[in-house]
Amino acid sequence: MHSSGTYAADSVAKALAEACADVRDGAAADAIAGDAGVAPAFVALPASTGEAAAVLRVAAEHELAVVPRGGGSRLGWGAPPSRCDVLVDISRMDAVLEHASGDLVARLQAGARMGDVAAALAAAGQEIALDVPAGATAGGVVASGLAGPRRLRYGSPRDLLIGITIVLANGTVARSGGKVVKNVAGYDLGKLFAGSAGTLGLITEVTFRLHPLPAARAFVAAEFAAGALPAACDAVAAAANSSLTASAVELSRPSASGPLLVSVLLEGSADGVAARAAAMADLLGRSGASRAKVSETAPPWWPGPPAAEAGETLVRVSFWVSALGQVLSAIDTAAAEAGIAPSVAGSAGAGVLYVSCPPGEPGACARFTGALRGALDHARGGVAVLAAPGEVRAALAGRGGMAGSVPSLDLMRAVKDQFDPGHRMSPGRFPEVI
Amino acid sequence: MTDICGAPNVITDPLELRTYECDGLTSHRTTPALVVLPSTAAEVAGVVRACADHAVPFVARGSGTGLSGGAMPHSEGVLIVMSRMRRVLEVDPVARRAVVEPGVTNLKVTEAVRDLGLFYAPDPSSQVVCSVGGNVAENSGGAHCLKHGFTVNHVLGLEIVTPSGELTWLGDGTSVASGYDLLGAFTGSEGTLGIVTKIIVKLTPAPEAVHLVLAAYDSLEAGGRAVTDIIGAGIVPAAIEMMDALSIEAAEAAVHCGYPEGAAAVLLVELDGPAAEVEAELATVLALCEKAGAREIRSADDPVQRAGIWAGRKSAFAAVGRLSPAYIVQDGVVPRTALGDVLARIWSLSQEAGIRVANVFHAGDGNLHPLVLYNDASAAETEAAEVLSGAILDTCIEYGGSITGEHGVGVDKSKYMPKMFSPDDLDTMQLVRCAFDPANLCNPGKIFPTPRLCGEVPGPRRGAHPAAAAGVEIF
Repeated sequence: MHSSGTYAADSVAKALAEACADVRDGAAADAIAGDAGVAPAFVALPASTGEAAAVLRVAAEHELAVVPRGGGSRLGWGAPPSRCDVLVDISRMDAVLEHASGDLVARLQAGARMGDVAAALAAAGQEIALDVPAGATAGGVVASGLAGPRRLRYGSPRDLLIGITIVLANGTVARSGGKVVKNVAGYDLGKLFAGSAGTLGLITEVTFRLHPLPAARAFVAAEFAAGALPAACDAVAAAANSSLTASAVELSRPSASGPLLVSVLLEGSADGVAARAAAMADLLGRSGASRAKVSETAPPWWPGPPAAEAGETLVRVSFWVSALGQVLSAIDTAAAEAGIAPSVAGSAGAGVLYVSCPPGEPGACARFTGALRGALDHARGGVAVLAAPGEVRAALAGRGGMAGSVPSLDLMRAVKDQFDPGHRMSPGRFPEVI
Repeated sequence: MTDICGAPNVITDPLELRTYECDGLTSHRTTPALVVLPSTAAEVAGVVRACADHAVPFVARGSGTGLSGGAMPHSEGVLIVMSRMRRVLEVDPVARRAVVEPGVTNLKVTEAVRDLGLFYAPDPSSQVVCSVGGNVAENSGGAHCLKHGFTVNHVLGLEIVTPSGELTWLGDGTSVASGYDLLGAFTGSEGTLGIVTKIIVKLTPAPEAVHLVLAAYDSLEAGGRAVTDIIGAGIVPAAIEMMDALSIEAAEAAVHCGYPEGAAAVLLVELDGPAAEVEAELATVLALCEKAGAREIRSADDPVQRAGIWAGRKSAFAAVGRLSPAYIVQDGVVPRTALGDVLARIWSLSQEAGIRVANVFHAGDGNLHPLVLYNDASAAETEAAEVLSGAILDTCIEYGGSITGEHGVGVDKSKYMPKMFSPDDLDTMQLVRCAFDPANLCNPGKIFPTPRLCGEVPGPRRGAHPAAAAGVEIF
């Protein structure tokens, strides 16, 4: 699928080899989003920002499409790139460059694995307060922009990112922010790159603010009968709004006819967490939960970071928490119309739910998404498909595509045109957003 | 403009125009050509469209309390004053969201939701008068941002008028961005990317308990040790503030805050959160303050006592006016662990220059507010104060910090931007500017020392790929 006819492969290979010590031909295993078969011609593994910039300069010179790859766990999400000449694999840039524990700051190369980083920071009793897969890279976490349960308290990657180094499509290296938490000098390019999915440039370095690891944590889990949906919604809102300061308020409903499970994570000191957990159990009990159980370990259904199995369609619904009941009802109605029985889980207290449609008739997942968008059209929020197999993506055409309605599209296009005028960075990642 | 806003809301009288010649940074003044006071988003859009059509620069102004000249008018431009748009439009206590107009004052938002057990967390010292729209432009902090975050962490949706005069939304009040996070990029852009007409803010449950500790020390170093130990113990207080002897003296004279007499440093540590956590943290904080050699420790949990203690800190900027005919409020940041070294350096710079510096700072996040005191009747002293002020910023950069933590770059610090950022960094930032405001009419001359011509693209430039040019691919 790469545009092999538009350049002389030999001269490109030579130029890439001069730019970067570790360049190889793309292999079948490097294909992005297997079902679409976008295989890169070359894979470059730069070891530094300088090498990465040299690779991107070569790509600019030869008009090559470039796709960055971190841990690869979400590389198949979104629409696959329409072409990829050079896959820039950042896994060799894996160093923790600086951990200033007294300043609660860590500067990382973009390819650093979050699991390794977490281990290094834990030695000083600190963490990056995001729930992310251990195999994810720091750069990938920022580029995907996704957050897990603790987004309620700590926000998403953009909220913890305080500095970033990027390489633009033409090889220009630029920094914004820095390594101090409080800093308003200049535009914050980190915000722009968080969630940009490799379409604006390559992230090579990131600096995060850190938090102390909590001394104790407790999960307060409660169960609501299927018929007690309003009570469950009240419980979610009450938990999220409580001055007991929940780190996460998660909801799971494996099937529309089954019970609603609510779990609240509390973090803090040993004594404090014990007292807060007891108070939170009372609070959930007052909302009509059949039983509220306190545990040091997460319930088995704790959703963790958003994930999609192969063939699965993962739909993200964002909303104002006051509309939770309306959202759950709309999901049920849309699912019934489409003839599917998806599971629903997510950070309900923060206004985010994920709907997983199992592999099956692709048209049904798309019909579900379209119907849900229709039902929630007037509510604040959105329905976005984060991951879907090719057939579902195709069926989504005419139903709002992957992203659904996006305001300020003209401004986004203008930003894209400024940063990547040749549209060579992960081309087609956000395709049919019209 | 009269057609759009009505004659009473368009100011042309030269004397009246002069009222708007500066914001809180009074050393930079420019009389605007015209001032308009729109009352709706549609009027703002109309004003901006008229400016865009006639290639007239425009500057938005909130309450005019900014300290970097971000709202300084353009001599040939229109100043758009947002203070008539000051309603709280909607409060959703279940979703913890409020929709407000940009001219509403920061404190009014909290007052509107207090009875619901909620508050709006960002609290710049000027919160009684500063506008939320101005807070968005500057990404304002405040004493409590150490724990609660900055404006950008509490703004979840903006209705803006783009520099071409179109009304659009960035963000929808959820915590999820669809497409690029333009909301995040816009917040803190100092009025250069458009004008905010509505703001969806996140509200925070009011803490169950709040406890304020005051500890007095015989040296800044001893106070600094307490801060290091508190952070080292894994505690993130809501605020950690420190004042030196000179600023304590000024505050005492101004508001009689009753801080311990003769202290070389006063440390304020505020803890908030669930009562059970605050109680546990308080015991640790008191022990660590004592261990660091405090000569006196006070603590308060009732609102009146706390307000009394805070009064000294909050009045500090204004209070130094009693010590000196003129002063520069500086705003630099260093890694917190470098505070001791940097304060020592500021002390020696101050001694060498023969210019007094009072230090008030957010010790928890390394944000310094040195107040450089001078006599503006003396040209030599004025210049020496400016040189000293610049040297302090150089020191911040040298230690890996920033030239501004919360006051913004504005007109005041654009000349320091090249010391902190490379030409490529600044050019890349300005790509955002070019996407929003290619004509460079929206608050021009702020932040960047050298405006970028938006036609030029650095590096090799080729045409768009056919797929992109055909409109098949958007991003």
